[in-house]
Amino acid sequence: MTEIAWQQKDLLSIADLSAAEIQLVLDTASSFREVSARPVKKVPTLRGKTVINLFFEPSTRTRSSFEIAEKRLSADSLNFSASSSGLVKGESLVDTALNLQAMAPDLIVIRHGHPGVPRMLAERVSAGVINAGDGAWGHPTQALLDAFTIREEKGKLEGLKVAMVGDIAHSRVVRSNIELLNTMGAEVTVAGPRTMMPVAVETLGVRAVYSLEEAIRGADVVMMLRVQLERHKKVMFPSVREYFQLFGLTRERLRSAKRDAIVMHPGPMNRGVEIASDVADGSRSVILEQVANGVAVRMAVLYLLSGARQEAGA
Amino acid sequence: MTLLIRNGRVVDPSQALDETLDVLIQDGVVKRLAAAIKPPGKAEVVDATDLVVAPGLIDMHVHLREPGFEYKETVESGTRAAAAGGFTAVACMPNTRPVNDNRSVTEHIVGEAERHGYARVYPIGAVTKGEKGEELAEYGDMVAGGVVALSDDGLPVANSEAMRRALLYSRHYDLAVIQHAEDPTLGPDGVMHEGEFSTRLGLPGLPGAAEDAMVARDLLLVEDNGGRYHVAHLSTARSLELVKLAKDRGLSVTCEVTPHHLLLTDRDVLESGLSTHTKMKPPLRSEADRLALVEGLADGSIDVIASDHAPHHADEKDVEFSLAPFGIVGLETTLALCLDRLVRPGLISLSRLVEVLAVNPARVLGVAGGTLKEGSVADVTLFSLSRQMTVNASRFRSKGRNTPFDGWKLRGRPVSTFIAGRHVVV
Repeated sequence: MTEIAWQQKDLLSIADLSAAEIQLVLDTASSFREVSARPVKKVPTLRGKTVINLFFEPSTRTRSSFEIAEKRLSADSLNFSASSSGLVKGESLVDTALNLQAMAPDLIVIRHGHPGVPRMLAERVSAGVINAGDGAWGHPTQALLDAFTIREEKGKLEGLKVAMVGDIAHSRVVRSNIELLNTMGAEVTVAGPRTMMPVAVETLGVRAVYSLEEAIRGADVVMMLRVQLERHKKVMFPSVREYFQLFGLTRERLRSAKRDAIVMHPGPMNRGVEIASDVADGSRSVILEQVANGVAVRMAVLYLLSGARQEAGA
Repeated sequence: MTLLIRNGRVVDPSQALDETLDVLIQDGVVKRLAAAIKPPGKAEVVDATDLVVAPGLIDMHVHLREPGFEYKETVESGTRAAAAGGFTAVACMPNTRPVNDNRSVTEHIVGEAERHGYARVYPIGAVTKGEKGEELAEYGDMVAGGVVALSDDGLPVANSEAMRRALLYSRHYDLAVIQHAEDPTLGPDGVMHEGEFSTRLGLPGLPGAAEDAMVARDLLLVEDNGGRYHVAHLSTARSLELVKLAKDRGLSVTCEVTPHHLLLTDRDVLESGLSTHTKMKPPLRSEADRLALVEGLADGSIDVIASDHAPHHADEKDVEFSLAPFGIVGLETTLALCLDRLVRPGLISLSRLVEVLAVNPARVLGVAGGTLKEGSVADVTLFSLSRQMTVNASRFRSKGRNTPFDGWKLRGRPVSTFIAGRHVVV
């Protein structure tokens, strides 16, 4: 195990983490993964700690994953959902933060539609804040669980060729994954229709290509991204049918990746849009492992942040 | 009433003047400029040793928010901010509530300025009724009420036919049409400049092309229809290229830039931690754009520096970046920023600064001032090149504290203003 202590109050962005800190999260997650395999899936690590799950955006998977992680660590957790639309909500974000602060939680897990909100919150509360997704900016625990999954399958991150395919412009998963994989020395290629590619994509430190085959040629990891059909009204591509023809991952196309390449997807999947069912369910797919690992990684993050608070005398 | 401003460095590009002189003012007008004028009996004497004496500075792009948004700013608080910042006059944009698209609103603003003003106030009337971009407002009536130029600022005149009519009809009154150039259909959800940093932050972008496209269209319309056209807060290298081209073709075209577009870039959005004080329209652009603007300022292709003073209440700005209103204040920082960051490092001369802050705004608006020639109105700004200041938003005279420059240490600052020879006490 890496000989470093966790110092950070919050987990807001992968960019705030060093390679050693990323290793520490992944190593800690390894030791927590075993808990989920026990008949009694609970340890007393966070007993007496209060965790608030503050979700301003609908989320099933991430929220359940955090909730299960919290319960398995024996924390007292509370869910709070709201709309992040400034027009609908009656309370300003600052007031929400002040109210939460008054309830003295130990940790706050926040998902919000607007980038930067977890950071705003972290500046105003003494609780540790975990970013569970903010706008299209970041989703650090997703990147950590993806890295954990890759490391489990490949034994390392350094030197791997990773392809990410789909809506690069609007994906927070992509941004956090790029930051993490670049820090750990992997080589990232992104691909998607030009209308879904951010203008200055290469400044993210990746190679950008515009064909699926080119992106996944020789790849160790193929990460398919969800096409956000709810954004469809903005006409990023002509039709789902044409999208699948151009950028859908089929068994046939997967042949250009390495023979032992793994296929990932952050979910929820659109079968037949970005990924064919036989690939999603096939032997190379580690999509459900990602979900299982998500719980262990989130347990690790909750544990490390609450430990940092204890050391700081909080 | 007689006033003698003694021993100051008189910088007046309208008469190619930069030398130590005395300025004698009588009955509100500049009477004489000469070395060692003997003060007439009963003259008030102001010692301007080590100070610059300039024609009163004019900020031709501010939002005074009155009527309708008095919680953000009033004519009184806004003009106090102007005076504190070294300005003797401001031109205020019509996006109030109700919109200044008719004479009664114009007269209300003029009246407030007469009763409570610390600076001259020149109202800018709306180009179209309600700033809706369709029907022309009553230019003639508004001019009778005191309007000096036209703009739908905050919004573009997006409809080409409306713009064409505005250019044609404004010619009857020789009014500048000031365009907030932004194609609203390009980058409709944008909250910052589209480029490297919007990519990194995952924020929807406002492409430079949205500004360039509208400037290009307008210049074509000016070429065909005449009119005096002024680009508000020009922010991209390419728009500047277009303006230069139009000037070369002899069109009556001018443009302004803001201090923030000359000093900050989209990188500051990221580095400020998504501070809403880096959110305005047009957005902070790329470093290449910024450098082009500084160059355009130095080579004379940019005519005016204006602050686009846009006060908002702290509660409105202290929200999620994407939800915050666009705009920052500027009246109390513009002069000091320009002195410290443009003149002191030698990017532009002092005389050029006075030209873009006083001479040219007066010319574009067609108002008195912008000169200290004998016989002209005695609006004067005194400022220091050596005195230092630290920007402290909590002590602004403006109601708005929304500035990205809070805490900046600047050398060079305003000292006092005189309107028609009267010392303005803020």
